This record gives sequence, structure tokens and C-alpha cells, in this order.
Amino acid sequence: MTDFSSEIISHIDRGFVADLLSKGERVDGRAFGEYREIIIEPNPVAAKAEGSAIVRLGDTSVVAGVKVLTGPPYPDTPDEGVIMIAAEMAPMASPLFELGPPKEPAIELARIVDRGVRESKTMDAKALCIKPGKLVYMVFADVYTLEYDGNLIDASSIAVNAALLGTKFPEIKLEDGEEVATGKELTLPLQNMAIEHTVAKIGNHLVIDPVLKEAMVMDCRLTMAVDKNDNFTAMQKGGGAGPISLEMVDQAMGMALDSSKEIRELITSTMKNPE
Amino acid sequence: MAVYFQKREVVVPGQLLAEGRYRASFGTYDDGDRIYSALVGLAELRGNTVKVVALEGVYIPREGDLVLGTITIVTGNNWKVDIGGPYLASLHANNALRRPYDDDISRYMDIGDVIAAEVIAFDRVTGPFLGMKGRGLRRLDSGMILEISPAKIPRVIGRRGSMINMIQDILRIQTMVGQNGRIWIRASNIEVMRLAIKAFKMIEAQAHTSRLTDRVKTMLEEEMANIHGEEMSEDMFEEPTDIEDSKESEDIAEPAELVEDEDTAEGEEPVKPEKSPKTEAVDEIKDDSPEDATEEETESEETETETKEEVSE
Amino acid sequence: MSPEVKPDSLLNAEGLRFDGRRIDELRPVQMEVGVLKTADGSASIRQGKTYILAAVYGPRELHPRHLTLNDRAFLRVVYRMATFSVPDRKRPAPSRREREISMVIANALQPVLFLEQYPKAVIDVFIQVIQADGGTRCAAINAASLALADAGIPMRSLVPSVAVGKAEGTLIVDLGDEEDKYGEGDVPLAILPGTNELTLLQQDGSFTREELMEAMQMGINACKYLHELQKDALKRSYSKKAPEGEDDDDEMDDYDDDLETDLGEADIMEDE
Repeated sequence: MTDFSSEIISHIDRGFVADLLSKGERVDGRAFGEYREIIIEPNPVAAKAEGSAIVRLGDTSVVAGVKVLTGPPYPDTPDEGVIMIAAEMAPMASPLFELGPPKEPAIELARIVDRGVRESKTMDAKALCIKPGKLVYMVFADVYTLEYDGNLIDASSIAVNAALLGTKFPEIKLEDGEEVATGKELTLPLQNMAIEHTVAKIGNHLVIDPVLKEAMVMDCRLTMAVDKNDNFTAMQKGGGAGPISLEMVDQAMGMALDSSKEIRELITSTMKNPE
Repeated sequence: MAVYFQKREVVVPGQLLAEGRYRASFGTYDDGDRIYSALVGLAELRGNTVKVVALEGVYIPREGDLVLGTITIVTGNNWKVDIGGPYLASLHANNALRRPYDDDISRYMDIGDVIAAEVIAFDRVTGPFLGMKGRGLRRLDSGMILEISPAKIPRVIGRRGSMINMIQDILRIQTMVGQNGRIWIRASNIEVMRLAIKAFKMIEAQAHTSRLTDRVKTMLEEEMANIHGEEMSEDMFEEPTDIEDSKESEDIAEPAELVEDEDTAEGEEPVKPEKSPKTEAVDEIKDDSPEDATEEETESEETETETKEEVSE
Repeated sequence: MSPEVKPDSLLNAEGLRFDGRRIDELRPVQMEVGVLKTADGSASIRQGKTYILAAVYGPRELHPRHLTLNDRAFLRVVYRMATFSVPDRKRPAPSRREREISMVIANALQPVLFLEQYPKAVIDVFIQVIQADGGTRCAAINAASLALADAGIPMRSLVPSVAVGKAEGTLIVDLGDEEDKYGEGDVPLAILPGTNELTLLQQDGSFTREELMEAMQMGINACKYLHELQKDALKRSYSKKAPEGEDDDDEMDDYDDDLETDLGEADIMEDE
């Protein structure tokens, strides 16, 4: 999510959001700790991508796709597969997104989502090794934004995890220096799942999963990745320069923990039983 | 001579609408003696004029429009105002303030302020120019701004304000409806506010259908009954006591007048009636004082509804 | 995802294509309008396994300023393929192919748009290929036409588009990915349905003059069919929103007043 402090937000919008918050209400009627409706469409790109998912978080939507290729490992990790996660804030999703190479907000989005997956060791990278020093599986996950109404980070995180969970790819072995498909179909070696949760600070209030109107008036936001053991594996304060107190950080962590399990279960049940 | 569409039929670009001695108007183009639709919209035949009422599209300013905008830049004696659409509007201090006024005009209105203004001039070469010397034109405070598709605004207003007045009456709210798709709503509590939003979104979704006013009315009456059933609190319908409001109404000089239709830029400028609709509007003014401000606002909007009547039943 | 396999042959003994289609048969097509809420106009298209989203913004203010045109709007098309839309992952950065296709799509759409209505503004068309299985630029034009109409941009007509190719010497309509890869030619085209004039025409492979003329005629016929589907998709997006029991007679509701028919002078949009 971008820093909107340079965008002109009308006093009425600002006042409206603040006024509602002071009465314990949000613009769309949600509770402060409540997510918008999450809809996951499994495997929309089944014919070409190894894994994919479209996620709708209210009126925000993104598509994530996973490609599993083979290639040489990084020199410093010869027995580990390569994992690369990227996200693009495509201008089709919002008049606020500019055309051109990714700027800081897009780079931040990509890196946050990547960190969430990497730091939690969502994938057992060693299990992606085919032959140490020679050949490994390379897992690329890419997210494209389709519609923007706030909170791309969480939507992207859900989409990436869903796509990874649904990924199927052909097993490759190295025989006499040649890559050979064994005919077997593999799934990714997933050992954890960490979901990003974004909480926005507006005045003295914290609201989870901010919509665009809330994102435009927030002082800052805190994004936290929570894994299946309720451990925090990544954190980022951003979305504005406003400072946040320790108490509020603690409160935000509690809000993330409250939502984490339900979202993980939604992802798991949707991807394991695609209709 | 042949006409190829039904009343209120949704037509699409390139669709043949009529052939023969018909006149091509807004939303259409002609090729020889054939008239085609240029838009997705509702085709209408008026006399021998064929037009298509747009069901989509960004806001393109027209002189006389009431618009709600946000001030984005203050420069010299001008404010730049975002009114949506491809053109940033300009408001000169002379058209908004009484002289003499301060050098630093941001004292009066600053970046982030929302204003109700009138489009006083526009051609596609220069941007639109706004004025605020008219009845009901002022800076807006509190409440909220809802954005809907500008093409649906005539339906929100309704024939002679029938729809917007009905909504205001049932919900007891204040509104100002901008032709640029922005609606200012002030309600005494959040539930009523949400109902108003629901009503406007319903109109936006069903603008191309008939009997809409009935359906919206029914929906609102049912929902209001639910709200009453849940909580019978006395503060439920506190009239907004806003002294500022009535003071500003006194300041206001003349009602916003429709600009007479001159030769407009080539293209699809819709046609406006030349008579002043003031006589009809007068019937609508009620006597209760808190409602006065509301009625004045709908008055200026009503003048705009004349040209867009095609969409109502 | 099944691994890429070259089909044994593109035409079987009965003259049917490898996926069972007749030589002039289109893949199953589904088009939907208004699928993205943020954009001013949008549409999705599925043509066989090809799946593309088109979003339109505009007319709106143009940045960078130096691209503005004084007498009309600037039409900007950006065609992008998702990295995962193809079996061999596509690199994320815009490729030269994508840029060429963007331009070719813009040229195909430009003739129908009344760009002179909006001087100095821009009309942005964003095309996101989610899954690519042949004929993406044609499917993109089909979707972009709908998205432009959905955005309320005045147009002379929609623009239907399809690719014609050749397999084992036989002309085939609406190439799937395998037919494009392993066939003998690819002729993507788009037409103005009113006049059948071509607004997109490219060709690769090898065709005789007669073959090419026939291929284009087959393409034009297929485009006419696609045009009907496009119009239907647009109209359908409105019937979906209408409430049930929609009785469209001359009945007026309680709030109706007398119809006013005074229109004064009309302004007409001239055809070029």
C-alpha cells in the first residue's frame, strides 16, 4: 500500500472516517478487527501455470501465479531451490497507480510479500534440490493487481499462499546430465504458512484490513506476518510517517492473531478442495 | 423512414438506430441518412430526433452544472478544483468571494475543502471555470461524499427532483447532488447514512430500468421500519442543528441560472431547454425551516434535470 | 499444468483439428463486461484457454504532459502478459513483443474512437493476459472494444478480431497455441463491422496471394460472428442489473409527470 500523504484527501472524507471511528464504526460497517469478505478462486490459470489463485478482498482483487522451472542454484546455497516472489501494482487496478517501472510502493509490496514467505520458511528449500550445485527447482510467484480498494499486501499474501498450496509440477531428475521428466506430479514442499495482516492507525484507533478511504487518512500502518504456530515472522511499519506507540503495536499484534487462523483455514480448504 | 429500436432499449455502439429523415443528436453519429449509436445507452426518439442517453462515462462539464469538488491547489487568486473527469477546474476568487478580499485566499478556502459550485464556462480547449455566487453554493462541512457514475445522476435527481426529494423526506437527511457524480449526504446517524448510500447505489445499478422510484421508496420504507423496530430512541431523528447553514443561505444572492444554449463545441453537447424552470421549482418549496436549505439545493439541481429526463420513466 | 506436447498432427483424417474443431470453427468464447470495479470500463474474455482482462481509464488527464495532443485525446494501449500466462515463464519486464502488440492494438482501435471529443486527455487501455493460448492480441482487441464501450467512450462500433492460420495446407480459423506454434502461418486481423475494412492486419508464415485473400475472408466472417457475441455481452451486462419481473410497457410509475419534448437545436457527431 502506498503512502498517500501527498494525495489530496478531502476534509470531508477525513472527517467522515474519523467521526465514524470515534463512534466505534467504520465506513463499511465492519468491526475494527474484522476483515472484509475474502473470496479465493482456485487455479484460474490451470492450463499454463503450475499454481494460481485469484483473491478478492472486498473490492480489492489480485491474481497470483506460480511457475516452477529448473535451473542452477545460487552459488552460496548449492543445495537449495530458488524462490522468488514479486508483485506488480498494475495501473489497471487504480487511477492512483502510475505506468512505468515499479516505484517504491510496488517494490515494498513485493518485498513484504516475499519476506512473509521466506522468513517463515514456508517452503523447505532443501527439498527443492534436484542435484546439489547443478540443478534445483526454481519457484517463481508473481502477483498482479486487478482492482484496488485498499490493502494489497494482505490480498497478495493470501493469493501467493493459495497459489503455492495449489501448485503441481512435473518431477524432474537429472540423468546423464539430461533433464528427464519422471512422469510423476509433485506438490511444493510446504512446511508452514504465514499470512500478512495489515493494521492501519488512524488517530487513536487501529483498524485491520483498511479500505482505500481508510488508507488515505491513516497515520501509518503495521503489516505483520503470522505463521501457523502463531509466531510473528515478519513485520513492517509503513504507509505514512506517523509514529506508533508500543501499546498500539501490541494491540495490533493481537488483532493479527485473532484473524490469522481463520484465513489460513480458508486458504487450505479452498485450495485442497477446488470445485 | 424507419426506426430500429424499442423504447428504452439498451443500444450499443455501431447499432443502426434509424434511417431516413431523422436528426442525429447526442450519443449518435450519422452516415448518409443512417443514424448509429455511438454509446452504450438508452435510445430515444423525440419527434424526429434520435438520441442515446449514456449509461456510462466520466464527467464532462457543461455550463450550468452544479458540481461538488475538492480544492487541490491554491495559486494566486485561483483555486484549482478536482471535479472528476479529465479536466481540472479553476475557481477565481472574484467568482466566489465578496470584495474586498484578503490577498491570501487560502484563508477562505484551502486545500482539501469540498465545495458546491457551478460550472460557469467550459470549452474543451481551456478547462472548466467554476463560480460560487449562487444559491446554495458554498463550502461543505461534515457529512460524507458518495461517488457514483455521473451518467446515473439524472436518475438520482428524478423528474423534477422526485427521486431525491423522496429519499430526503423518508430518511430526513440533507443532500446535494453534483452532476459530476458526487453526492453530499448529511444524516443524523450512521444507520440512516448507510441507507442513503444503499439507495443511491441501487439507483446507480438500476438507472436504466423503469419503476425505480417505487422500488427505492419501498426499500427505504421497509428498512426504516426495521430501524425503528430495533431501537426507539428519541435522538434518532434529531434535526441537524447547523447554524452555519442558515447563515450562509442568507448570504446567497441569486439562484443559479441556466445558461442559455449557445452554439456549443462540436460534438455531442446535449440540448437544454431555454425557459427558466423556476416556476415549477417554486411548487416544491415547503414551509418547515430546517428543510429550507435542502429545498434550495434541490432547486438548483432540478434545473439540470430537464435535459436528462430521457432516463426517467 | 500439463507439460507441453506437440500434437502428432494438426488435422486428422476427417479434416478436424487436433482439438476436434472444424476448420472454420471458433473456440468457445465467453465475454463479460464490467468485471473490474475500479476501472472506468472493463471486460474479460475467454477464448478457448486464452483468458484476458481489459481495463479502460478515461478520458482523463494525461501525464506526461508532452504526449498531449491539442485536438484530440491520446490513445494509450498497454498489453502485458503475466509471467505465469505461458508455459515457459515470461520475464516480468515489458518485452519488445509486448510493446509492438500494444501499438498494433492501438492502431486497430483508433479508427472507431471519437478521440477529437476530448482534446489533451488520454484514454488508457490496459490489457492483462492471464493465460495465453494463442490469439492473445485478437482476444485483447475483442475485450478492449467492450471495455471502451463500458467506459462510455463514444465509438463508431466495436472491433472484432480473430487470427487465421494454416495447418497442413488447410486454412484454419481462430488459432490455438499449438496451431500457431506448429502450423504454417498466422494472420491476425480485426475489422470495422460496418464496412468490413481491416484495422489490424499482420501475417507471418507463407501464403499464396489466393490463400491470403481467402484467409482474410474467412477471418472477416469469423469476426462478424464475434461481433454478435460482443454486442450480446454488452447488452447482457444491463439485463443482469435489471430487477426481476421487469415489465417494459409504456407504464409510468406514480412519480411521472408529463413528458417534455422540447429539444431545441441538436448537435451531431460527424463521421470523418
